[in-house]
Amino acid sequence: MKNENLYNYILGIADNSLILGQRLGELTGHGPSLETDIACTNISLDLFGQVRSYFQYATKIAGDDRTEDDIAMLRKEREYKNVLLVEQPNTNFAYTMARQFLFDVYHLAFLAELQKSTDLTLSAIANKCIKEVSYHERFSSDWIKRLGDGTEESKAKMQEAIDGLWTYTDELFHQTEADKAMVAEGIGVDVTKLKDAYYARVSEILEESTLETPESKWFQKGGKEGIHTEHLGYLLAELQYMQRAYPNMEW
Amino acid sequence: MSDKKNWPLWEVFVRSKNGLEHRHCGSLHAADEDMALENARDVYTRRSEGVSIWVVKSKNITASNPENNGEMFEPAHDKVYRHPTFYDLPDEVKHM
Repeated sequence: MKNENLYNYILGIADNSLILGQRLGELTGHGPSLETDIACTNISLDLFGQVRSYFQYATKIAGDDRTEDDIAMLRKEREYKNVLLVEQPNTNFAYTMARQFLFDVYHLAFLAELQKSTDLTLSAIANKCIKEVSYHERFSSDWIKRLGDGTEESKAKMQEAIDGLWTYTDELFHQTEADKAMVAEGIGVDVTKLKDAYYARVSEILEESTLETPESKWFQKGGKEGIHTEHLGYLLAELQYMQRAYPNMEW
Repeated sequence: MSDKKNWPLWEVFVRSKNGLEHRHCGSLHAADEDMALENARDVYTRRSEGVSIWVVKSKNITASNPENNGEMFEPAHDKVYRHPTFYDLPDEVKHM
């Protein structure tokens, strides 16, 4: 492949949306209320829409006979480049919203920078996605505040979720080889520069929600390099089942 | 918050485009007005049905009693002259 770094870079961005979209999609018909169920699956659909734009572009870069569906459905676990945060399970609604919030704050800042990419396709996709993601961030921040500054029980659950997921936040700012190459070419976003503003914003919302910002400095990493938590395999089994069981099926 | 029974019911009005009126399109549950607006956005405008949303607590709506429909509405039935039906409307006039 002529531009493997760009290809891997696009997959790195898209896989976050793909895996998070699949996680949220699991809530279809299982949301805590009809309204939140629809809201979560709406966000899921937004994310899948973004994934399609990225993967369609990736197929052009790859220049072989792979389709967007092949890229989404037929890779092995180690070939997915999403961060560990987005593959974490929907343990309860506090976890679902905490995961969303911790990702959305990053996602919004990331897209704001990606809009400035010298790659016109990526900057156009970022430009289109950022409106959706602004809404996601508002939605998840609101729920952090509602549950954090809610009842004793909701506060305890939300604090537990934030504490539990905190260990996955630092990985958002790690750079892969593809990241570094793309930053050097002016195509990619230098995520290391987003880190301080990210933690400042997250702490601000947590404080407003009367929640504690975790102090732990021990962080998990590996997703961007394909080393995932045990949860991803199960998610992929569900995501890929139809294509694996009935190859090339269409409907 | 964990007790969904405590979430009040809201009525949702959506304006489909500028210049038209808001129309009632349904109801939903939400803890407060901000959540009601967000829920309304997700439940009723996700296929770009609207440019503006109003929400109002259902309990704040005063409704007529169906038992009184006779005295409320029937007297109008035989007064066709109250309708502006004797004018020819040009085709260009929409939404009448």
